[in-house]
Amino acid sequence: MAEFLVSLLSLTFLSQVLRITMPFALAAMGGVVSERSGVINIALEGILLMSAFGAAVGAYDSDGSMFVALLYGIGAGVATAALYALAVVTFQADQIVSGVAINMLAYGVTPFLLKTFYNSSSNSPKFQGFGGKLFSNPVFWLALALVFIVHVVVTRTRWGLRVRAVGDNPNAAHTLGVSVNAIRWQAVLTSGALAGLGGCWLVLSGSSFGAEMSAGRGYIALAAVIMGSWRPVWACAASLLFGFAEAVVNNLQTYAIGIPNEITQTFQYVLTMVILAGFIGRSRAPADLGKPFSAN
Amino acid sequence: MKREALTIAFAMAVAVLAGSLLIWFTGKSPLEVYGLLLEKTWGSSYGIGQVLFKTTPLILTGLAVSVAFKVGLFNIGAEGQLAAGSFVTALCGAALPASLPGPIAVALCVLAGMLAGAGLAGLAGVLKTRYGAHEVINTIMLNFIVSAMLLWAGNAHFFVKYTTHTQTVSDNATLRDLGIKGSAANTSLLLAIGLAVAVAYFFSRTRRGFEWRAVGLNPRAAQNGGVLAGVVIGAMAVSGALAGAVGANSVLGYKHYYEQGIGSGAGFMGIAVALLGRNHPAGIVVAALLMGTLSHGGLGVAELVPKELVQILQAVIILTVAGTAAYRGRAVKKGKSAVPMKPLPDTGAQSSAAEREHG
Repeated sequence: MAEFLVSLLSLTFLSQVLRITMPFALAAMGGVVSERSGVINIALEGILLMSAFGAAVGAYDSDGSMFVALLYGIGAGVATAALYALAVVTFQADQIVSGVAINMLAYGVTPFLLKTFYNSSSNSPKFQGFGGKLFSNPVFWLALALVFIVHVVVTRTRWGLRVRAVGDNPNAAHTLGVSVNAIRWQAVLTSGALAGLGGCWLVLSGSSFGAEMSAGRGYIALAAVIMGSWRPVWACAASLLFGFAEAVVNNLQTYAIGIPNEITQTFQYVLTMVILAGFIGRSRAPADLGKPFSAN
Repeated sequence: MKREALTIAFAMAVAVLAGSLLIWFTGKSPLEVYGLLLEKTWGSSYGIGQVLFKTTPLILTGLAVSVAFKVGLFNIGAEGQLAAGSFVTALCGAALPASLPGPIAVALCVLAGMLAGAGLAGLAGVLKTRYGAHEVINTIMLNFIVSAMLLWAGNAHFFVKYTTHTQTVSDNATLRDLGIKGSAANTSLLLAIGLAVAVAYFFSRTRRGFEWRAVGLNPRAAQNGGVLAGVVIGAMAVSGALAGAVGANSVLGYKHYYEQGIGSGAGFMGIAVALLGRNHPAGIVVAALLMGTLSHGGLGVAELVPKELVQILQAVIILTVAGTAAYRGRAVKKGKSAVPMKPLPDTGAQSSAAEREHG
């Protein structure tokens, strides 16, 4: 027990927390951008999984070129987001139903391709991941910079203003000549790129892709969006809490202090439910969230 | 009616096309795969029996999802609810005295499973009405939690040593098979159809059913009438109970014990069944038969293409139904949703939090 508590105070633990937080935070920022434009993004889970798979294929194909891995991964994320945008922005399908369908699609496509490409139902072949220290990984610094970039873009730029406008009052935005659905498309694709980078991180911090490895992180990221009140920096701060929780769980399992692993595994899911119940009424959602827009 | 039929036909066409592309992508001939799929399902009486066996849980989960849809809720936790239900059904069947008459034993086991499912989904309902937490995230979280907790409970207490299954239920608590050429099809199919009739009767003939439908059509009025919270919790509980009844098929009718992962997949497939069945019990039975065919057929063609093809097709079906219904609905009559689903006021949390701020 003492050993376990001491382990939480080390620098290793801090970098572990940051490492684990990364996919949550990137997906949550993606969620913020999409949802500020009025599109609920339940599909984050599917985007994470698809981009993780894409990055794994890229890393394997290119013998560990991080550039190719990120390209494949983010590409897969954006492509998944495009399918989602096609359904909910262009065809105005119900956002929650379609988001869940995209996630089911990802849970079907990834094992299908695992078998087709690598003849395995559980794992991709091993590849060279990030490796090395967290603080010497340029992708980590890029992600950190993205927190501020996304914040500035959403709150301080013309495009950010438009995103917020079509999310809060699409009719007014439309009247002013803003193409509501074009902005929503852009926001969903941006969301796919951000969450896609999160998926890349998820798989590249290890050395192989595992089936269903997103394990609900997309849904947890949505809880972080709500907890962060649809603001990028706060959503990342909320993600840090989930990252911390998962890191603690990992250490609990390593130091085996008597709680069965099956139970500690449920910890972050329970935490998500508690946080949702505690925060939801207090944070302010974009006014037109979840409603399709058609001009006439 | 005609519009619904068109939507369904279009969704099927898109699914078949998407499936063909994927099959072609793996280097096989779509015609050969689809031919084998039909042969393995409707080509023999054993195949038909297996299709009926797969159809039974899909009727139940399809009904579960649709009851929630009817009042504007989305229960994607049928997966966890059916696991918990099956577990409790198996424990109940093993604990009952062997002297109990068969029908009573079976009824008790099924009811216990339904209660477990109702409790789980009801919890998501309470979290929604009390705190405004969205049921989609909560039911998914509960899926993960239930799956881990069942594994823990099984390993620590209930699984037979060195296995991942519980003790066998007593003989009086089993359901007989339908006697179709050694297939697993059993009398729980009749239970599922009976429950479909009951759900249809409830929504079309009873006062409470009318009230529930009214909530789905106009949540604001229901809230002003003061019935909203009760209906949300009630509908989630009924939805969970229907999913919890799945143990009748997989446990009482087939395996006679609970094992890790039993019946999994039917929960998510229930979403496709409910949407394809256009939320009507009769439609759901037909859609379940269709998805049951795909589900068993997917295993039959696994030697040619990965069985995950079925999972992909069901997602394509959901996307297409949701998309076309909304698109066509908009062309015909503005504002008709793909799913009879409207955000609930006040408990609908996300939109309502904003309204509260503004108001």
